[in-house]
This record gives sequence, C-alpha cells and structure tokens, in this order.
Amino acid sequence: MAAPLIETKNLKKYFKVNKGMLHAVDDVSLKINAGETLGVVGESGCGKSTLGRTIMRLLEATNGEILFEGKDILKYNKSQMLKMRSEMQMIFQDPFTSLNPRLSVGDIIAEPMKVLHTVKGQEAMRLRIKELMDMCGLPERYYNTYPHELDGGRRQRVGLARTLAVNPRFIVCDEPVSALDVSIQAQIINLLMDLQDQQGLAYMFITHDLCVVRHISNYIAVMYLGQVVEYASRDDLFEQQFHPYTMALLSAIPTPDLSRRNRERHLLRGEVGNPIDPGPGCRFASRCVYATEECQQPQELQEIRSGHFVRCMRAGNL
Amino acid sequence: MSESLLTIKDLHVQYNTDEAVVHALNGINLTLKKGEALGLVGETGAGKTTMALSILQLLPAKVGEITKGNIHYDNTDILAADNHNMRKIRGAKIAMIFQDPMSSLNPILTVGDQIHEVLELHFPEMSREEKDQRVDDILGLVGIQKSRKNEYPHQFSGGMKQRIGIAMALVAEPELLLADEPTTALDVTIQAQILQLMQELQKKFNTSMIFITHDLGVVAEFCENVSVVYAGEIIETGSVEEVFARKRNHPYTVGLFNSIPDLTTEAKRLIPIPGFMTDPTNLPVGCKFVERCPNCMEKCKVQLPPMFGAGHKIKCFLYEDRGGNA
Repeated sequence: MAAPLIETKNLKKYFKVNKGMLHAVDDVSLKINAGETLGVVGESGCGKSTLGRTIMRLLEATNGEILFEGKDILKYNKSQMLKMRSEMQMIFQDPFTSLNPRLSVGDIIAEPMKVLHTVKGQEAMRLRIKELMDMCGLPERYYNTYPHELDGGRRQRVGLARTLAVNPRFIVCDEPVSALDVSIQAQIINLLMDLQDQQGLAYMFITHDLCVVRHISNYIAVMYLGQVVEYASRDDLFEQQFHPYTMALLSAIPTPDLSRRNRERHLLRGEVGNPIDPGPGCRFASRCVYATEECQQPQELQEIRSGHFVRCMRAGNL
Repeated sequence: MSESLLTIKDLHVQYNTDEAVVHALNGINLTLKKGEALGLVGETGAGKTTMALSILQLLPAKVGEITKGNIHYDNTDILAADNHNMRKIRGAKIAMIFQDPMSSLNPILTVGDQIHEVLELHFPEMSREEKDQRVDDILGLVGIQKSRKNEYPHQFSGGMKQRIGIAMALVAEPELLLADEPTTALDVTIQAQILQLMQELQKKFNTSMIFITHDLGVVAEFCENVSVVYAGEIIETGSVEEVFARKRNHPYTVGLFNSIPDLTTEAKRLIPIPGFMTDPTNLPVGCKFVERCPNCMEKCKVQLPPMFGAGHKIKCFLYEDRGGNA
C-alpha cells in the first residue's frame, strides 16, 4: 500500500477548563490515502470537530504528530504552514455563518487565491472564479450576489468553491450537509463525490449521520468521548460491529425501511459521560450493557481482524 | 377508536409581510382519530409548523392570517373559540413539544416549578400535595430523578431538557400531542431513548399525536399513518405500510426516498430532486411540484390535481385513471 497522504499519530488535544483537563481528542491515530474518504462518526461532544480543527492546525495539538506525505506539519512555522494551506482545506458545517456577509460570492471565492497568491492578474482571477463556480454548480449570475441572498444549499456550494480555489489535495468536511434538507443534501453529496473522482481528493468526512457516512466513506472511525473506539473499512464495519457503542449507534438509526421496523434494538442507558479528567478505564462502560470489572482497566485499540480495530478488551466475546 | 378527534378542512394560512404575501398553507385537509399517531413529513418551509401553530391558535398576531377553512377539535370550532376558551384547550387538551429544548424552557424557573405551572393553570382545584405528587410522577415517567426538580434548565443536557419538555406537555394528560421535531436537535442514541419513551407514554395515556419531522426514518418506526407536505399542501397520505412500500408514490415522495442514502442497499449515486423548493410568495396555479417533477404533464401546469385514491391518497394526475385505487 502506498504511503498515506495524511496520517495522525497519537494525536491529543486537551483543553484546560476550571475543573481540570478536558480530553477532547485523546490518542487518535488515523490514516487517509489520496482519493479516499475517511468518515468520522460520533455524537455531539465526542471530539470529532476538534479532531478536524486540530488536523488543520486551527487548534494547536497538545501532543502527537500530524504527517502530511510523511512530514510532521506540527513542526512547521507560520510561513511554512501558510504554504500548506493550499494542500489542505476545510468545509464548515454552517453555511450561514462561515461566509463573510460583506463579501460578494466572487470575492469570497477569490479570497484564498489572493492570500496565497496562486492566481496572477484580474482577468485570470475572474476566469478561475467562473471555472470554480461552474464546477460547483453555481450559475454565473450569482457572481455579484451576497450570501444572504442565497439559500443553504447554494451557500454550501460557495463554501465548496472557496475550498477548492487553491487546489487542495486534502479536505476536512465538518458536517457539510447536516444543516441542509434531504433533497439538497443529496445534491451536495453527489457533487463532493464527483469532485473526488475528478481530482483525486482525500476527504475526512465528519458527521453524525451514519447513512451518509456509509454512502461516502472508504474507511470509518467511530469516536466516543475523544477516543476512536472502532476503526475499519466501510464494508467490514457495516458487516460486523465489535464495539458495543458502535452496535448501539447502528441500531439506533431510524431508516425508512419497513423490514428494519421491528428489529431488536440495543438501547443505551444514560447519557454521554464527562470528558474532564476521565478515568483510565473504558469511557463507555457507564452506559454499556456488557460492562464488567475488567472494563475499569485501560483499553487499547486492538486489531481484532485484519484492518479492523476496536477499543474493547471483551470485543469478540460479547 | 375510529372516532375522529381533530378535523381540518381546506385550511389556508398566509403570512402578510412588508414585502410579500407568503402562502404557507394552501388547502389542508386532515382527520386524526383518537389514539392515532400521524407523521407529518416535509422539508423546511413546507408549512408543517404553521399547521401545528394554527391548531393551537398561536400564529404570530397580525402577520399570520387564516384566510379560509376550519379546524374542529372534539366538537369545538377552534377558529371561533375566544382567548379564554383557547387557554382552556392549550396545554390541557392539546399540548405541544417544541423543536428546540434549549430555548423552549424558562431559564429562571426551576424545572419543577415549570411543570407545576401547567397544573396551577389547568387544575386550580387540585391540592398542593396532589400537584407535587403529579410532578414527581411525571418526572419519574420521563426518567428524571425527582431530586433534580429544584434544578434550573441550564443544569440539564439537551436530551434531559427535551424530557422536561415532554413532561410539561404530558403532565395535564392531554388528548392530543403536537410534537414539532422533538428529536431533531438530539443525537441518535438519545433520540432512540426519547422516541421509545414517547411511544410508551402514548400507549399508556392513549394520546393522539401529530409528529412533525423531516426524517422519514423516524416516521417509519414511530407512526401508523403519514402525510407528506409540500408547499403548504398534503400531497400524499396513507398508512406507513402503504406509503413506505414504495410501490405507488407521489413524484415528490419518490424524490425524498431517493435522496436518502440507504443503510441496507448499495447505490453508487443518490438521485436528488432537481431544483429548489417552490417560492411560497409566487406559487404556480396547477400542481406546486411542476418545476421539479420528472413526470410533469401539460395538464399539471394549469390544473390543481385532486386527491386520487381511497385510504392511500395521492395528489397527482399520474394516478387519475386508477379511479378509487391509487
């Protein structure tokens, strides 16, 4: 297998809060190859957005490594990092707050190219913007409109055009379709997948929607309270889940499929635990129906099958 | 069981804004039986919430206007009821659970007091001890320890706040519950817990329910019947089994189904509905879905299709020749 485009090794991001240290991202090691998508799923507060932002260095990592083509970008200084921005970009969840309301669509898309000096001359810039708008399915008449005149789906297309402006190879997509209606959501997902086919982009796709993640991903990492609890290829994960949390997550999804209507569900008890100074044991144990004494010991991510990792010492014996 | 509790006939609602008139509801017909759980599905701006607000007479004053139609609730003409009578119905007979548990609770009252308030309004004759007991009971039912009733909303998580919203809606044992996207703001595992809780409570009190959502999956697992709303009209209605069998559907419903990535089957590409939601300030004369419909005929552009079929009804000329059997 070729070297991954981007890789994290034991990445940690802790926040200092009044009561102690909040373990938002704890020891996350993941790989993404060019042209592939890693889906990161988990519930609100599990650290998936923090992971995305830390990889982008919008947040400074507490510990660990982020390797882009084998080089640790955490060691880069400001000007080196600025150059890296043309390789890696991010799409944000909320198309209503992530676009500058005082810039027109054309200016929004132009901004990254101006900052990174990738396009020279006004005419070339205009052509490039039109090309990007066309690529993202935005008619040219929106060139001079402002974000408030557009609906959510079109705004997300503007965000995508801005992201693609500097020809990145890796894009962190932080819940890019969660704020959209289903019919519009499908348009954006198709667009993302087409762009990946054409340009060989690597995506880290952060979402809480398992149907979307199954559709778009090659690999999936399930997060719970800052840790990756299960990590496998898409097909392996959906064929068999080993971590009790993944099982619960999958059985909780409502689907419009009548054959699944009366399935047996693994309903969870209680609520997500506290990420501030968590104990050494399994963080899911308080909600887990299978929890025993030994779950109070530290749990390591173990390879239960080839390429299928799970952070549960009792996995496979449940 | 077949007695109808709520009947809506030809309801038209518009919002009069400075710029334009927004036609939010355009001829809604709906009957809800006692004990029935009806799912109301549609996208943003389809008019789902407007429908719930109309039933409770909570449309924004001066802006929201019911131009036509009527709503009957258990022999009461809602649109003719005065404020005094509406107050007796709201909360006691018809209760609502709001979408956003973060903003629908009063931040300066303890949760116990907020639930208490409902009882004070609707059961003034009840003794204090009895009210306290009811509050403790309902908190127990929704899975909140009664020791927490002296805490304030900000001390609870999102899922817990929604449980409090449900407790407030159910404490007066209403006959009809309007649930407006009650689980949309919650995570899936918490959503599963809340849905199961609502299902148990609905059975226990034999409450009728209108469940407003944009999530077809939730409807499939939770409701008996479903109505699909598009641009202020119900364009398809039937039992969950009939509609989700996906044999005969309105083109819009087909589009909704195709837009959702399926968990069980493999599809390389999604088939989205082309275009965008019809502009409610400028509606077409015929079928509201013409601009986006793959099966659009000449007739659809000029004439509004009626509902075809009995039981499972579809508002589309494609089903015209089938007469009574959509």
